[in-house]
Amino acid sequence: MNVQTQIRRNDQPIYLDYQATTPMDPRVLEAMMPYFTHQFGNPHSRSHSYGWEAEEGVEKARGQVAKLIGADEKEVIFTSGATESNNLAIRGVAEFYKDRKNHIVTTVTEHKCVLDTCRHLQEQGFEVTYLPVQKNGLIDLDELRAAITDKTVVVSVMAVNNEIGVIQPLAEIGKICREKKTFFHTDAAQAAGKIALDVEAMNIDLMSISGHKIYGPKGIGALYVRRKPRVRLVPLIVGGGQERGFRSGTLPTPLCVGLGAAAEICMKEMGDEAERLAKLQARMLKGLQSKLTDIVVNGDLEHRIPGNLNISFAYVEGESLMMGIKNLAVSSGSACTSASLEPSYVLRALGVEEDMAHTSLRIGLGRFTTEHEVDTAVEELVRHVKKLREMSPLWEMAQEGIDIKSIEWAAH
Amino acid sequence: MAYSDKLIDHYENPRNIGSLDKNSEDVGTGLVGAPACGDVMKLQIKVGADGLIEDAKFKTFGCGSAIASSSLVTEWVKGKTVDEAETIKNTDIAKHLALPPVKIHCSVLAEDAIKAAIADYRAKTKKAE
Amino acid sequence: MPAASVYLDHNATSPLRPEAFDAMVEALRTGGNPSAVHGVGRKARGLVDKARRQVAARVGALPAEVIFTSGGTEANNMALAGCGRRRVLISSIEHESVQRAVPDAEVVPVDGDGVLDLSALERKLAASDEPALVSVMFANNETGVLQPMADVVRIARKAGALVHCDAVQAAGKVPVDLHGIGIDYLSLAAHKLGGPTGVGALSVRADAPFASNRFGGGQETNRRAGTENLSGIVGFGAAAEAARGLDATLRNQGEAAFLAIAPHARVFGAGARRLPNTTYISMPGVPAETQVMALDLASVCVSAGSACSSGKVHRSAVLAAMGVEDAEAGSAIRISCGWNSQSGDIDRLIVAWRDLYIRVGKSDISNARAA
Repeated sequence: MNVQTQIRRNDQPIYLDYQATTPMDPRVLEAMMPYFTHQFGNPHSRSHSYGWEAEEGVEKARGQVAKLIGADEKEVIFTSGATESNNLAIRGVAEFYKDRKNHIVTTVTEHKCVLDTCRHLQEQGFEVTYLPVQKNGLIDLDELRAAITDKTVVVSVMAVNNEIGVIQPLAEIGKICREKKTFFHTDAAQAAGKIALDVEAMNIDLMSISGHKIYGPKGIGALYVRRKPRVRLVPLIVGGGQERGFRSGTLPTPLCVGLGAAAEICMKEMGDEAERLAKLQARMLKGLQSKLTDIVVNGDLEHRIPGNLNISFAYVEGESLMMGIKNLAVSSGSACTSASLEPSYVLRALGVEEDMAHTSLRIGLGRFTTEHEVDTAVEELVRHVKKLREMSPLWEMAQEGIDIKSIEWAAH
Repeated sequence: MAYSDKLIDHYENPRNIGSLDKNSEDVGTGLVGAPACGDVMKLQIKVGADGLIEDAKFKTFGCGSAIASSSLVTEWVKGKTVDEAETIKNTDIAKHLALPPVKIHCSVLAEDAIKAAIADYRAKTKKAE
Repeated sequence: MPAASVYLDHNATSPLRPEAFDAMVEALRTGGNPSAVHGVGRKARGLVDKARRQVAARVGALPAEVIFTSGGTEANNMALAGCGRRRVLISSIEHESVQRAVPDAEVVPVDGDGVLDLSALERKLAASDEPALVSVMFANNETGVLQPMADVVRIARKAGALVHCDAVQAAGKVPVDLHGIGIDYLSLAAHKLGGPTGVGALSVRADAPFASNRFGGGQETNRRAGTENLSGIVGFGAAAEAARGLDATLRNQGEAAFLAIAPHARVFGAGARRLPNTTYISMPGVPAETQVMALDLASVCVSAGSACSSGKVHRSAVLAAMGVEDAEAGSAIRISCGWNSQSGDIDRLIVAWRDLYIRVGKSDISNARAA
């Protein structure tokens, strides 16, 4: 199915920011449409057919999401998105078990909403261990094992990083958490639908999922909450007691249906899609490397989703590069923090020097990316990197053999 | 983040990119900023026998606003005396390019770059005397 | 079947207005993350800003005072947690999302018509010096009774208290004016005024204290983290602009007919100012469930109370707070019209209700009297 023409008009830039958000799959929109129009009922209304039909749609979607991660549909609750799921999982579990346990383990490269939640819990008296990552972006399992104590209530490690796309060893982490009798939460916003996930095989107790990162709608997400052994949570949003009391509020039927449809498409097409994206990723990287020197891929290339590249173009400041490549929509960091253009904390955590961190771009490939778009992007990137290097005093020094680190720079 | 037409013009068609011979007696070189901060500007002036700045060149590692700020000042200093060039204020640069508040530091850096180039030129001529 | 049925349950959820639908389809096609700096992201940001202006204008707030949320429940929770006041006074008829968020709140009673007892509010406020928050809904979801918000604000101000108002049922149906009335926190839900489900807003007056309890990417100027629900927000904006209020013609037509058919029927809150679209009425002796099912068989959709109680039909806490006896409360149904309701819809409701009354109601009443 050639959906490309439906997704991008010719006057729009080439979209290479699939980790920020994904365009909706037209098939998802199609599944949602009836629930915007004639099947508009409140799924909690039990007194008429409008309500029943909406409920049916919601429950089918719950099953579709559950299937994607090997869960039971009763273990899936709908939220307003992965940020809420992450907030609910970590705070909910910490607050429920706070009389017995007061320690949380997470990593320094988590999404901001996990880090901010942990900081908030620290203010409430919890202790938090922030595990470092290795140069490739992956955690050291021995360090994880050593960090867990009998007071650890939850270990929260993201499945796939939003900036560098690296995949953490989930099954191994799950095994350690089970042995140590602590809950394992994973933020799978960037992983669900892109890599195979199985909450049973991986011993995952809590998992956050986002709709708009898997070609579904924005404003919807899910949290997987294990029932056996049971994980208990203090809800963040209280009221009508929907979603088994974990999350009150009227469920947005069309959004739930959209998330379900998106999950089902991912389930069916994940294998082929990953293969296709791996080819595009290799094509992009080869294209750049054949025409430019001094470029570095940040994060492990092997343990990485094929839809991500994070590249430092040495001696070229990332923001000026972004301003040049007007025909490409890419990101110079994660979208959530991009209003402030400070160097990425994720890259810093990998040990990337600040000067190199300033030269990085995140390139996200996805379902609707074509070979032609990749080739065009390579051409544009190469042209602008070369132009900006000609303008760069650092490039000039490097060509003259001057070591930039030997210069005493005045901080300003 | 809407940039002004003037800023975009300077970014897309920067004036006076390049380098002058930094060892030459009549060339002053200013190198300011730091790679770790995401901005480095190199600005050079060549002063004629009549005391007027007859050429200026720059190279900048930095965002579009930094590139535009340094491009603009190379235009402004040409034909001025060293003393006149020294009076260029960052606020004038910011105003001319309509820099957004988060980019004001780029104009500060450009002013620093001129001052550093002038200081280097003066140090050289003093030594020569 | 749904196309032919009559939908009179707008207080549970209102179908999407065409203006909202069109705007959403466009936004769904545009896509983009409003926080991304490239062109696609900036376009999305522009759509969010426009919606913010539309919602602000509907409730007399400034655009910067509008924080988009996932709905009314989250907005209510956020206001109560974010205002920084531990002492909270609520009316006895608040929505569960207010009640359960502040289980220790002091409860202010309502009178027989469901209107807040202002002198009780004043007394309770005066009983302590601790700074308080007063949370009173603009209009009740079951009875539609409007609360005297201006008086609530006046009394609260005198006692140094802040005011939160759950305006989920009122906005778009009657004028709501945050600055005009002086409300500090105002909760809204898009789907009650013809916008989509899954989006709402909390409007926080610029000088009211507010601390966010949601942690993450710093969206909504650090007041509500999470990628913006772009299409939902856009649909909310369009619906808010289109929702210029409802008039009471259909409701009055229905109520007059019901009372003519069944003189013993009672309209709750009839003595108070009410929303122009809501009728909460009892058919004495006939359980609400029976009425709802019979009406559904006649393809008329109404409700036996609020939809939020996860499907369970139980005695209405609102009617209990108004001092209505269990027997009468058990026979109450809620009829709520909306933007696309027509006179013919009410006619069909009246016919179905009358048939039921003749079949079941009358005999029940005569049996009851004979006993």
